[in-house]
Amino acid sequence: MGLKRGHQAHPIEWLVERGIFLVATTAILMVFLIFVFVAREALPVFLGQTNSSLVQEVLPVEKMNTLTPVELQKYLGLSAKQYRELDRESIRALMEVKIEGATEASHDKDAGLNTTAWRYLIGPHQWTGYERPAYIWQPVSQIHKYNIVPLLIGSLKVTLVALLFSVPLALGAAIYVSQLASTRAREWLKPSIELLAGIPSVVLGFFALLVLATLLQKLFGYQGRLNALVAGVALGLAVIPVVFSIAEDALSSVPRSYTQAALALGSSRWQTAWQIVLPAALPGVFAAVVLGFGRAMGETMVVLMASGNASIVSGSIFDSTRTITATIAAELAETVFGGHHYRVLFMLGTLLFIITFVSNLAAGQVITHLKSRMEGKR
Amino acid sequence: MNLKALKHITAAAMLLAAAPSTLLAGSITAKGSDTLVILAQKWAEVYMGKHTDTKIQVTGGGSGTGFAALQNRTTDLANASRKIKPAEVAECIKAFGKRPTEYKVALDGLSIYVNAENPVGELSLEQLEKIFTGKVKSWREVGGPDAPIVIYSRENSSGTYEFFKEHVLKGADFAASAQTMPGTAALLQAVAKDKNAIGYGGAAYGAGAKHLKVKATEATPGVEPSQEAVMGGTYPIWRYLYIYVNPNIDKDEIAAYLSWIRSDEGQKLVHEIGYYPLPADLRSK
Repeated sequence: MGLKRGHQAHPIEWLVERGIFLVATTAILMVFLIFVFVAREALPVFLGQTNSSLVQEVLPVEKMNTLTPVELQKYLGLSAKQYRELDRESIRALMEVKIEGATEASHDKDAGLNTTAWRYLIGPHQWTGYERPAYIWQPVSQIHKYNIVPLLIGSLKVTLVALLFSVPLALGAAIYVSQLASTRAREWLKPSIELLAGIPSVVLGFFALLVLATLLQKLFGYQGRLNALVAGVALGLAVIPVVFSIAEDALSSVPRSYTQAALALGSSRWQTAWQIVLPAALPGVFAAVVLGFGRAMGETMVVLMASGNASIVSGSIFDSTRTITATIAAELAETVFGGHHYRVLFMLGTLLFIITFVSNLAAGQVITHLKSRMEGKR
Repeated sequence: MNLKALKHITAAAMLLAAAPSTLLAGSITAKGSDTLVILAQKWAEVYMGKHTDTKIQVTGGGSGTGFAALQNRTTDLANASRKIKPAEVAECIKAFGKRPTEYKVALDGLSIYVNAENPVGELSLEQLEKIFTGKVKSWREVGGPDAPIVIYSRENSSGTYEFFKEHVLKGADFAASAQTMPGTAALLQAVAKDKNAIGYGGAAYGAGAKHLKVKATEATPGVEPSQEAVMGGTYPIWRYLYIYVNPNIDKDEIAAYLSWIRSDEGQKLVHEIGYYPLPADLRSK
């Protein structure tokens, strides 16, 4: 590709070009590999191949002498190699443990349910001890309850609060800095707002936990100290620099001729900014908001520390809330590797990826639509 | 002069030759429960001071993490604040052919914490169960002011969470509105700032926070989580803390260390950290 000037590329140039190409594609490759890894771990849940039922067939210990090795391996969940390495004594111990596990399993009416089936993952169910059907996330329990609805609501609620708080602030700041501020003010405003991005999220979380929670409680007088509002506002602080920087770039890159034409026709600076520059920069501003949404959905540490992490279904922003990211961070370390809890957490990770991916895709569509409308193509 | 130098060189050479073998011979790793980690570090520190040729490394991460490491043979000792589960025993048998050996190493009383302004002084086990499962929602129902109860719990990866759920809630689920805290220290912080709060945690963390007396039944008097009450079994919410070990390696240094932990000397340290020592009949001689 490119211009042909009638001479061949130098072999070293060719090599360097390939090298740079490789480096450029590495990032894409990494993202792809990460997605493949996460999706592979989650696949059994999506395909309905996991089973969390506690009721299982148990055989008496004496049966170990009558079963064939293959049947025994299947019953005890052993690989052929493991089976060869174990002596009779160990096999006997395994048979006994299996019986202990079965007697310890509860006699709950729900014990036989496969709670990782989609019906229980997204639909309400009346579990033993509950008065009415409910969406319950209680993965460490006699009956493992993996309903993801409270977590989805939690994530969306916190994100919404964060965007409602941060987008007006960030956009206002971007319009002021790019259009209205004097050069001197702009010189120190822009870097200081962008400095917010440099605050580690764990520090933000700590600040929210100790200072923001008390402050907001005094201001609004609600009951629970840690809730979606506190987490959302703290998250908003992390989102502001992202939205600000991209929106400011978009506003600054509107051609100067637009501004000059508007001013020449007698508009004030305020009218120019609001009615000419902002509409012209709309695709870029919209992209900034979408990136802010992605940042808010994926942020973990702030919400883990400031949201209280109670997995309830509630529309109120003054209730504690549990997000998908905080759930994965808090629970993954203690799960049985490859077990159903582990798989469900990976399924949540995949879901998060899909949500941000779809929102970015939809945003891309909206942006091209806005652009073509602005350029007068439709 | 020459002779002296030679002596020094030989001594240094002997030390060098001896060093790697002692390092290899006396290195013990312990991993698991975060509840036990402070105590395990204290044991290791004092024991290493006495046996300079033994090196002990202690890390936390949670009881489940410790069991996983025991199965992978990446740790010698697994510290645990709960009993091992059948599924984990099965994995251990698959890995080394035997059940891991269980040692009780200390007692822990779980305290119930409330805000310092809360006038309620004692609760029964039954009331606690109702509060933490969300059946009782107001402090008025248990003799306090007319205010909602705000429940603080631990993350479900914690051994303390599982223990409390099994022994106080009798296996039922925590109320969905229970807020989960990443550690006992964070929980105490939250309880200190919220006047309607109630939470639970190891007795070792309790300094400065208000804890409740607990009644085993409605008829019995409330009991403080004191050493006598926990060791005598009158305080109703207590548990053993355990160390699990692969029986194939439970000899030489490791056996000596485990025996020392359960001796009078090792148990003296338990009290210093804030847990409760084993009763005399469970100690090693």
